[in-house]
Amino acid sequence: MSIYSQINKNRWRTYLIFCIFILLTCGFFYLIGKTVDSASAYLTLGIIFSVASSFGSYFFADKIVLFSTGAFPADKKRFFDFYTVTENLSIAAGLPMPKLYVIDDSAPNAFATGRDPKHAVVCATTGLLSKLSRAEIEGVVAHELSHVKNYDILLMSVVSVLVGTIALASDWMMRGFLWGGFGKRDRDNDQNNNPLMLILAILALIIAPLVAMLIQMAISRKREFLADANGALLTRYPEGLARALEKIASDHDQLQTASNATAHLFISSPFKEKNSFNWLTNLFSTHPPIKERVKILRSM
Amino acid sequence: MSPTLLIIAFAVILIIYFVATYNGFIVLKTRIQEALSGIDVQLKRRADLIPNLVETVKGYAKHEKEVFENVTKARSALVSAKSLKDKAEANNELTGALKNLFAVAEAYPQLQASQNFQDLQKQLEDTEDKVAYSRQFYNSNVLDFNTKAQTFPNNVIASMFGFKEFEFFQATEDEKKKVDVKF
Repeated sequence: MSIYSQINKNRWRTYLIFCIFILLTCGFFYLIGKTVDSASAYLTLGIIFSVASSFGSYFFADKIVLFSTGAFPADKKRFFDFYTVTENLSIAAGLPMPKLYVIDDSAPNAFATGRDPKHAVVCATTGLLSKLSRAEIEGVVAHELSHVKNYDILLMSVVSVLVGTIALASDWMMRGFLWGGFGKRDRDNDQNNNPLMLILAILALIIAPLVAMLIQMAISRKREFLADANGALLTRYPEGLARALEKIASDHDQLQTASNATAHLFISSPFKEKNSFNWLTNLFSTHPPIKERVKILRSM
Repeated sequence: MSPTLLIIAFAVILIIYFVATYNGFIVLKTRIQEALSGIDVQLKRRADLIPNLVETVKGYAKHEKEVFENVTKARSALVSAKSLKDKAEANNELTGALKNLFAVAEAYPQLQASQNFQDLQKQLEDTEDKVAYSRQFYNSNVLDFNTKAQTFPNNVIASMFGFKEFEFFQATEDEKKKVDVKF
């Protein structure tokens, strides 16, 4: 598969996700509207809200993601290897130099975001930059630049923001249900029979798996393998990325700023085993196992 | 459909094909020229670092005249090189001369410890990486062009408009060897 068909596929999937998101949100608002007898008003609100957040996620996804992870811009002096390695690989890939950001966190990890190669951002943690050698950093940056070149970053960032929005809304609704359903049971019996709260709760339960499906759509394992392979093609040194992945996997520090909405952006899942009892984490498991990736890189 | 209409349709398709292929060649050619100027930028950066480096080493190791002369000579050869082949050769020459310089520098612990020398060494290594990567980008574009120019039926159009294959920018024997990364 050529890189151009990969780019087109990512673009169309992004538009498809916008459509699904707008339809879901509008339908949801319409249902709420029906229970309070002002369907059209709520529908209008839903359209405005969903279209606005779609546009917002397209144009500002990179900024929102960077803000939510608490990243700051990297300068050449302090992060010499990170900066120069990215310069070099941009030359090799024929891409404009992306903006570089750093997260102050000892857990080694990295991600790329933005809507196209001209508005791309590559971000690494200070842990990654201090624990990895130059050749290993090169492998990681090459992997991220492949995501940039393929337009994976567009799809992944948009999904991040939309999923974040849905997760937030669904969280509120669950709270509303618990509060309205159980908290008031003793004091106020009317509240218990409120059909609105029940509908919201059921919807919230339906929405969570839907969100997971959305992420699965954005993140196929193939995408990570492809970025590994393209990255190796760029550095001509697959061992660099293989070693980097091993180091990242064997590190025990936990990335503080990652959430379910942004986890799929990272080169390696930011959630370590100790969290795997969480069913949500398993549902959102988006990364192919590191062992498999290293094996493939070593056989190149 | 009448035969004339069929012939016209065929001619139109042929013309569209010709134009598209020709434009495709031009796009690739422009990309190669851009990649080539990218290599030049990096080679110039490398050459610009040399005088500073020589001065710094001279400050600690005055007596190694021959080494300095070789480096300076290789540098001016690189700056004055015009053709791609000359540039590649001059660049290799410089790499060899620099290797001697750094080998000599090993014998001067004070030089090794100097911050200035370490910075220059780091910058030079980085610039060498940049030369290598811009060469890789150039070569992959040349590969695209040459493959297109050789395959049928593109080769007919290529020879009609006089598109010649580009030459690759050759790496040195040293660089072709597998890189050992130290930890």
